[in-house]
Amino acid sequence: MLNIIRYTFYDLLRSRWSITYMLFFMITGFALLFLSNDLGSAIISLMNILLVLAPLVGIIFGVIFYYNSSDFSELLLSQPLKRSTIFLGQLFGICISLSLSLIIGLGVPFLVYGLFGSNQIFDFLVLILDGVILTFVFVGLAYFVAMKNDNKVKGFGYALLMWLIFAILYDGLLLILLVQFEEYPLDTFSLIATVVNPIDLSRILILLKLDISALMGYTGALYQKFFGTLFGLFISFGLLSIWSVLPGWMVYRTSKHKDF
Amino acid sequence: MIEFKKIKKSFGRLDVLKGLDFSVRGDKVTAVLGPNGSGKTTLIKSLLGMVYPDSGSIILDGYQLNGKADYRSKIGYLPQIARFPENLVTRELLAMVRSVRKAESREEELIKRFGLEPFLDKKLAHLSGGTRQKINIVLALMFDTEYVILDEPTTGLDPRALQELKKLISEEKEAGKTLLITSHIMSFVEEVCDEVVFLLEGQIYFQGDMQELKEKTGSDDLEKAIAALMEETDA
Repeated sequence: MLNIIRYTFYDLLRSRWSITYMLFFMITGFALLFLSNDLGSAIISLMNILLVLAPLVGIIFGVIFYYNSSDFSELLLSQPLKRSTIFLGQLFGICISLSLSLIIGLGVPFLVYGLFGSNQIFDFLVLILDGVILTFVFVGLAYFVAMKNDNKVKGFGYALLMWLIFAILYDGLLLILLVQFEEYPLDTFSLIATVVNPIDLSRILILLKLDISALMGYTGALYQKFFGTLFGLFISFGLLSIWSVLPGWMVYRTSKHKDF
Repeated sequence: MIEFKKIKKSFGRLDVLKGLDFSVRGDKVTAVLGPNGSGKTTLIKSLLGMVYPDSGSIILDGYQLNGKADYRSKIGYLPQIARFPENLVTRELLAMVRSVRKAESREEELIKRFGLEPFLDKKLAHLSGGTRQKINIVLALMFDTEYVILDEPTTGLDPRALQELKKLISEEKEAGKTLLITSHIMSFVEEVCDEVVFLLEGQIYFQGDMQELKEKTGSDDLEKAIAALMEETDA
C-alpha cells in the first residue's frame, strides 16, 4: 500500500492544483495575519474559510482523481494487489498530499509571524488538525460517491450536492427547524444534529478551543454547557475521528464487490 | 491452462456472458474475437478478477479463482486504454509497477526495442497515444509471466513498433507462454494467432484453429471468414 500512496502523492504533489491550493492558504494566511496583527482573529477568519474550502477542495480532488485514474486503476487491478490496497492507497495519497498543501500553506505565514513566541500555538494546531480531518472526511466521501457512480456527471453532481448540504444547507435547515419548533425542548435534537455534520463538529472543536462562546451560536453554546470545554473537546475530537475513518471504510466495502 | 466453466455475468438487465464454457491450452496464441459488445472485455476482466462472474468458475492451472490477488503475478495484462498518472515520468511509472510485482523485469531490453529511451524522463501527460501504447506494452511484457493477455495491442502503433510487437508475441509463444489477444485488425490476428475463439452474444460461437475457421466459412482470408460468421449469425 505504501507504494501506491507514495506514487499517488508524487503525482498530485506535482500537479498545478495542489500548488495553487497551497499558495492560496499562504497568501490568505499572510494577508489575514499581517493586516489584523492578531493571531486569534486570524485563526477565526481562517477557520471560516477552511470550513468551507477544505471540504470543497477535498470533494473536487477526490472525484476528479478517481475518474482520471480509472484507466490506470485497471492496470493496477491486473497486478497482484488487493483491491483495498489500490483504492485505500490512492485515497490516502490524495489526503496526504492535500493535507500537506494545507499544513505548509498555513504553517509558513504563522511561523513567519512568530507563532512559537505566542501562547496560541495550540489554537493553531487545532485549526490545522481540523483542516486535515475535514480533508480526509470529504476526499473519502467524494471517492466513495465516485466509486458508486460510473457516470461521471452524476458522480460529480452528487459529490457537490453533498458538499452543499454539509457546508451550507445543513445549518440553514437546522436553524429553520429550531425556530419552527422553539416551543419544544430541542436540546437533545440539536446536540445530535450537530454531531452528524463533520463541518459543524470541526467548528465546535475550534471554537471550544478558542473559548469564545459568543461566536458559537445556539448549538455550540449548548454543547459547551452540556459537555464543558474539556470534555466537549474530547467528544468532538472523538466523533471527528470516527468521521475520518468512516468514508475509508465505505470505500473499502464498495471496492470489494465492484466490477471494474 | 485456462478453463472457463459456465461463466455467467449480467450488468443490470443486460446479460453479457451466458454460460461461457471453454478452455485455452498452453504455448498457443489464442485470439478472442467477436462483434462489439459480445463480451470479450468482460471475459478478460473476469479472468483478471476485475469483474466477478455471477456464476461459474475460472480455473488457472488447476487453481480456482476466489477473489484473492496473488495469482495475478502469473499474468501480464495490456489494458485497452493506455492512461497513466499524468504528473509522473515514464521511469517512475515503470519503477512503480516493478515495486508492486517484486519480480525480475526485463524493462530495459523492451525500452530499447521500442525506442523509448528519449521518453524516460518525460511526464506521461505529454506523451503521444502511440508512445503511451508502447509503454503499455512494456508494462505488460516486462515480467516473465506464464500468461499474457493483450487487449487491442495494436492501437496507435507505428509500423516499426507493430513489427516489434509481432516479434515479441512469437518469442513469448516460443517460450511456451499462453497468450490471449483481442483485436479488430484481422490481418494482425491472422499473422500472430494460432487459434480463434469467436464470441457471440455471450456465448462461444466457434473455437478452433485458423484453418478450420476458413474451411467452415469457405473463405480464404480471416477478415472475410469473420465477416461471414457475423453475417451468418445475423440471418
